[in-house]
Amino acid sequence: MSKTIAIIDYGSGNIRSAAKAFEHVIALENLSYEIVIENSASGVLKADKIVLPGQGAFADCIHNLNDVPDMISALQRKVLEDKTPFLGICVGMQLLADQGKEHGTHQGLGWIGGEVIPLQKTTNDMKIPHMGWNDLVLDQPEHFLLRSIKSASDLEKHFYFVHSFMFDCKDKGHLLAHTHYGQNVAAMIAKENIIGTQFHPEKSQNAGLNLIKDFMHWMP
Amino acid sequence: MLKTRIIPCLDVANGRVVKGVNFLDLIDAGDPVEQAKLYQDQGADEICFLDITATHEGRDTILDVVERTASEVFMPLTVGGGVKHISDIRKLLNAGADKVSINSAAIFNPDFIKEASDKCGSQCIVVAIDARKIADNKWEIYTHGGRKKTGIDALEWAQKMADYGAGEFLVTSMDRDGTKNGFDLDLTRSISDLVDIPIIASGGVGNLQHLVEGIDQGRASAVLAASIFHFGEYTIEQAKNVLQQNNIAVRI
Repeated sequence: MSKTIAIIDYGSGNIRSAAKAFEHVIALENLSYEIVIENSASGVLKADKIVLPGQGAFADCIHNLNDVPDMISALQRKVLEDKTPFLGICVGMQLLADQGKEHGTHQGLGWIGGEVIPLQKTTNDMKIPHMGWNDLVLDQPEHFLLRSIKSASDLEKHFYFVHSFMFDCKDKGHLLAHTHYGQNVAAMIAKENIIGTQFHPEKSQNAGLNLIKDFMHWMP
Repeated sequence: MLKTRIIPCLDVANGRVVKGVNFLDLIDAGDPVEQAKLYQDQGADEICFLDITATHEGRDTILDVVERTASEVFMPLTVGGGVKHISDIRKLLNAGADKVSINSAAIFNPDFIKEASDKCGSQCIVVAIDARKIADNKWEIYTHGGRKKTGIDALEWAQKMADYGAGEFLVTSMDRDGTKNGFDLDLTRSISDLVDIPIIASGGVGNLQHLVEGIDQGRASAVLAASIFHFGEYTIEQAKNVLQQNNIAVRI
């Protein structure tokens, strides 16, 4: 029987792009995984891997996630207790924080200690949002999920970002990689079976597909 | 460091690429998906489809194109043309587009941009600013491919659209569009200096030096061009090499 990877549909993200990229990798690698676009807690409880996308404002996203009955408790059980591999993308990563400071202070999932704070404009001509391709600096090059990036060409060290807020990790030990945009910006964070990417792997051509491949093979 | 983006744009009508040369290595040069894949292989940073389908009935053909593109092309895809309602945006995003470009609908109803950015997120709302120069440092917004004037001052409009939650501007000089004489650099720079959001420069690219000017003098974060890539005059790779030779950081 094939395993399932659940992409959570809670009305806050372009799930289609993510689903297409995972589909592509699963076909390419001939993996026995089925993708499920999941909008119910019961479905999440059956998943073998979980992806939480997210776009827009932190408050809207956490609010929408809260609005799905039992979703957060199902996620907590799967991710924190069963240690199911979990990937949060963009705001899906930011939601892992203790709190987000976009349009007021809002409580996050609190799975990885830290706050989500605005990008600082460090020069006059700096554009906000941080939009486009930026390259990663690896803080933990030996981590399984950095194995493709570590040996990649310069071109494939670049990932596509679009965000105005950033994750400020309390414990720098959770930082896998960062990028630079007027300041150091957390690009990938991890704690045990939980990983988050500020960039969009599903929009990052081969670099992103390789990361998705590594996530599919990851057995934390 | 953040890299300057090069965005090739394809005109699409009834699901087919309009004009262009027959690239030898393409199975079907009229298929936008094949063209998009070619640009991906050349290292394009994003891609843009401009749907110029004239009839209402033909509109849904773009959804099929977007859907097929999203299965094979893994970079940001912007779709413009005929976006008038929130439901149009949702359909495009659900098909696999990442951003939509909105022009006339914003002019008729500026609140549409507020609603669109609230409901779908600023990151996917690109406001297309089509403008003509009317005096020194003064430009007017036009619609209908530069044929209809609106009486709206371009700089005031840009400020308003940024305040309403636009995520990015696609700035096209209607004086330069199709001329191959280069961007209206004053227009691009004036808007870029006014707002925090990124600017894509468009309209008038005839050679690769024009791209360099758009970034250095026009202060654009990205440059968009259609014909120089579409007619095979230059590849994306050549464009990136020229930018790099001019000390502009590109993904290479």
